[in-house]
Amino acid sequence: MVAKRIIPCLDVKDGRTVKGVNFVDLRDVGDAVELGKYYAQSGADELVYLDISATREGRNTFTRLVERIADEINIPFTVGGGISSLEDAARLLDAGADKISINSAAIANPSLIDAIAARYGSQFVVVAIDAKQMEDGVWRATTHGGSRATELELFAWAREAQQRGAGEILFTSMNHDGTRQGYPCDTFARLAEELSIPIIASGGAGSVDDIAKVLTEGRADAALAASIFHFGEITVAKLKEELKQLNIDVRC
Amino acid sequence: MIAIVDYKMGNLRSVENALRRLGAEFVVTADAEVIKRADRVLLPGVGNAAEAMDNLRKAGLVEVIRSLRRPVLGICVGMQVMCRHSEEGDVDCLGIFDSHVKRFEPSQQVKVPHMGWNRIGNLESKLFKGIDGGEYVYFVHSYYPELCPDTIATTTHGKMFSAALKYENFYGTQFHPEKSGDVGERIIANFLKL
Repeated sequence: MVAKRIIPCLDVKDGRTVKGVNFVDLRDVGDAVELGKYYAQSGADELVYLDISATREGRNTFTRLVERIADEINIPFTVGGGISSLEDAARLLDAGADKISINSAAIANPSLIDAIAARYGSQFVVVAIDAKQMEDGVWRATTHGGSRATELELFAWAREAQQRGAGEILFTSMNHDGTRQGYPCDTFARLAEELSIPIIASGGAGSVDDIAKVLTEGRADAALAASIFHFGEITVAKLKEELKQLNIDVRC
Repeated sequence: MIAIVDYKMGNLRSVENALRRLGAEFVVTADAEVIKRADRVLLPGVGNAAEAMDNLRKAGLVEVIRSLRRPVLGICVGMQVMCRHSEEGDVDCLGIFDSHVKRFEPSQQVKVPHMGWNRIGNLESKLFKGIDGGEYVYFVHSYYPELCPDTIATTTHGKMFSAALKYENFYGTQFHPEKSGDVGERIIANFLKL
């Protein structure tokens, strides 16, 4: 059986990692390569690096950073942030990324999923969906860090992304992200029911129990988290040990 | 000298980096003469098996690889093309390993692609020297090689399949040792010492 994966996420600006609560209030938490190495040693199964630079210089810095990560880290890593074309994907593949994550660009141009998957394979394409449960109860995909709602319904969009060639879905509930109140497990379970590709749960982890729940009740294949690791509340090793105690199959 | 075969099947950088971290010297090449002279040959590969076979043919490397007598290691699609046949594009492959490559049937329990860390067991080769059965390695694939007499490691995703194969001097891993942390590095180091 494939083990449940624990994936620290590192937001990167100008080569350094930052993490914001609800994507605002950034706090600098260190060098991206060193932090990644530390997590790999601590038992992380994969890493995600998100480029939140808004400038061309920032993007170029990020590409060089991806090369350094690939040189020094011996576990898989995904990169995301600002990828809007096949050329962007190719540049990051050449720099050594194992997967890329696309979000707003896939919504603006869904055929980008087909194009990247056809060229580099589904395993290279993670489609990230930031969705928000609206007042009428319907989950809709959002863009630009949750600030813009779209008409796309979460489950329909996830199925379409899979059908176009996504290899994984990274789902963040914008109602839960940054709240540390846990994940919407019933929504994750329904997503698992509807898809045949792996699902990564993101946004909302405040405790070991939250993560355990989304991996069991929520049937997620992997859990991604940032703050709880970056601020040293729990190490990846300790988290995995506790998950193992709860009879969850993790690599440790 | 170690030769990494460049037949335009995905990025070779992670394999290069793994060798560099081990302090090994290597060349990245599609030159048949260089490959024939190499002490060790690595055949990586990410992508489609039919395209991989096509690229090997175009590069004039089909017979070159079959004729190698020093240790060869195929990784992922690089291993699949060393099997008899792949369902991916219904293509006849190099026929070094006596295994057929099949597609996973997706179900609620079996996600496809198979992506992540699985335990390997039934380890039967010096390739796994110092590695205990039950260690985890990293897999990313939608097609798998069936169990066969050449199987030297197994794992299970829905059903049990070959995690690694060996026939004479030819080795193959379905998983990615170059992405499998310290365990993977040990496997590559073992390969270099065979």
